[in-house]
Amino acid sequence: MIWNETKECMSRDEIHNMQGARLKKTVSRVYHNVEFYRKKMQQLGLEPSDIKGMEDLHKLPFTTKEDLRDNYPFGLFAVPQSEVIRVHASSGTTGKATVVGYTRRDIEIWQECVTRVLAMAGIGANDKIQVAYGYGLFTGGLGLHYGAENLGATVIPMSTGNTQRLITMMEDFEATAIACTPSYLLHIAETLEEAGKTDKIKLKVAICGAEPWTENMRKEIEAKLNLKAYDIYGLSEILGPGVAADCDAHMGLHVYEDHFIPEVINPDTLAPCKEGEVGELVFTTITKEALPLFRYRTKDLTSITYEPCECGRTLARISRFKGRSDDMLIIRGVNVFPSQVEAALLEMGETSPHYILIVDRINNLDVLEIQVEVEEVFFSDEIRKLESLTKKIAHVLQTALGLAVKVTLVEPKTIARSEGKAKRVIDKRKLI
Amino acid sequence: MLIKQLSVFIENKEGRLEGVTQVLMEHNINIASFSLADTAEYGMLRMIVSDPDEGKRVLKEEGFSAKLTDVIAVKIPQKPGTLHEVLKVLFDAALSVEYMYTLATAGRDTSIIMKVSDLEKALELLKENGYAVCTAKEAYEINNNSNK
Repeated sequence: MIWNETKECMSRDEIHNMQGARLKKTVSRVYHNVEFYRKKMQQLGLEPSDIKGMEDLHKLPFTTKEDLRDNYPFGLFAVPQSEVIRVHASSGTTGKATVVGYTRRDIEIWQECVTRVLAMAGIGANDKIQVAYGYGLFTGGLGLHYGAENLGATVIPMSTGNTQRLITMMEDFEATAIACTPSYLLHIAETLEEAGKTDKIKLKVAICGAEPWTENMRKEIEAKLNLKAYDIYGLSEILGPGVAADCDAHMGLHVYEDHFIPEVINPDTLAPCKEGEVGELVFTTITKEALPLFRYRTKDLTSITYEPCECGRTLARISRFKGRSDDMLIIRGVNVFPSQVEAALLEMGETSPHYILIVDRINNLDVLEIQVEVEEVFFSDEIRKLESLTKKIAHVLQTALGLAVKVTLVEPKTIARSEGKAKRVIDKRKLI
Repeated sequence: MLIKQLSVFIENKEGRLEGVTQVLMEHNINIASFSLADTAEYGMLRMIVSDPDEGKRVLKEEGFSAKLTDVIAVKIPQKPGTLHEVLKVLFDAALSVEYMYTLATAGRDTSIIMKVSDLEKALELLKENGYAVCTAKEAYEINNNSNK
């Protein structure tokens, strides 16, 4: 069903005008409350009054993850701390996390967006949904949780890490919906198959996201579990899950344009792409109070269309993601930058800076192995010492990345030194 | 007296062990004795060779992680209980053995290579208790029948 028909089915003109008006208000508020943006606008010779509507959007400066890091932790917040009721955090490119904040109103808008996603997938008050995204600083768990509660569904807050318990409850509680990463759902499907339990479960809908997947993977999930699977997209900087999602037509993900203005740009020239042309997705938030961002560069590659959808919604649609314009990896839903690994290793001071990340998908679960070269300085002839070094590296990396890591010591100079930019990642995962 | 052991880190990869022996052969370095410890991902090859410094140099040149480690070689007679007696001397003094292996000899006596937590103290204790240790020259040249 369409949860909020007034907002999801407006005419393009109405959307355009609403966005223009909200943008204008946002710019003025941000200019007066966020020093970073005020300075940036002053450098560009921009006054808040120069932004009169959507036609002036392109005049605003871009924002990057580095800007969030430079203003760590709360430097870009546009409200006093007393109005912030929650923070979340995701991976930064090095050391420090990217921190985001929400006012009460922000949380309400977030849950409204997730509710629209769930309703669009046919979930309602009679459903029991297992939320199997991580709960905590990661936006996945709590984001889906609040949206599902707002919808009136029965929430089973599983979080991650215990597949057997998840399956037992899925069966015993007769769960009808699940929210998790698509690769984890495939793993669950195979575990059910092995236990001969596929027929016993009552799942009819899956909301999958937090990592890239393909149309074929969706079909495989649907066939294996006899349910309908939908794609949900989001990023903590803009909101969390619920920025966009696909409908029954599966012809792209609808963006909630009454809260976010999407743009697609050429990542090299920064010029706008034509409708349908692949480029980097950029968002401007127009209702966020705690952390409003202008033209935030997501680094996700996609294309956009404004054609109305057969489902009746008029919201712009972005295509399935084609990759990233940076080297970020998504491993078990966790964002990982190779630079985080490098920073952690250098900080330890006992390892060489020569390392390589090998990502693989074994039984549909992502596995991260990090190979580190053994250098003379920390090479020991005692295996006990090498093993404790391995454990120490694994611990340091696990803490830095928030992800279990297998560390393997390798001989010196066996990791290829490429000319120019070093090749730091071997991704063996094949998206079917 | 302390002996220099040549230790090499070897990844569990086809041909790596052979690579080490080939480099040593090409430089006419004799392996008097060795032990190979293995883990799931790598092995540790520990050797007593005819010329440890040269061995390390040539292996490093070929890109191996090679290192010299000080060890001792205790001579013990070939009869029941002798190994136990030596170890007892060390353990009673609260020393611990990191690893040990035999120095191959064809004669009546044998020698045990040991890496002990405190090498100097171990040498002292062994001397007090009447044990002989190999000199470096003895250890390096043992079993070396090459016409060098």
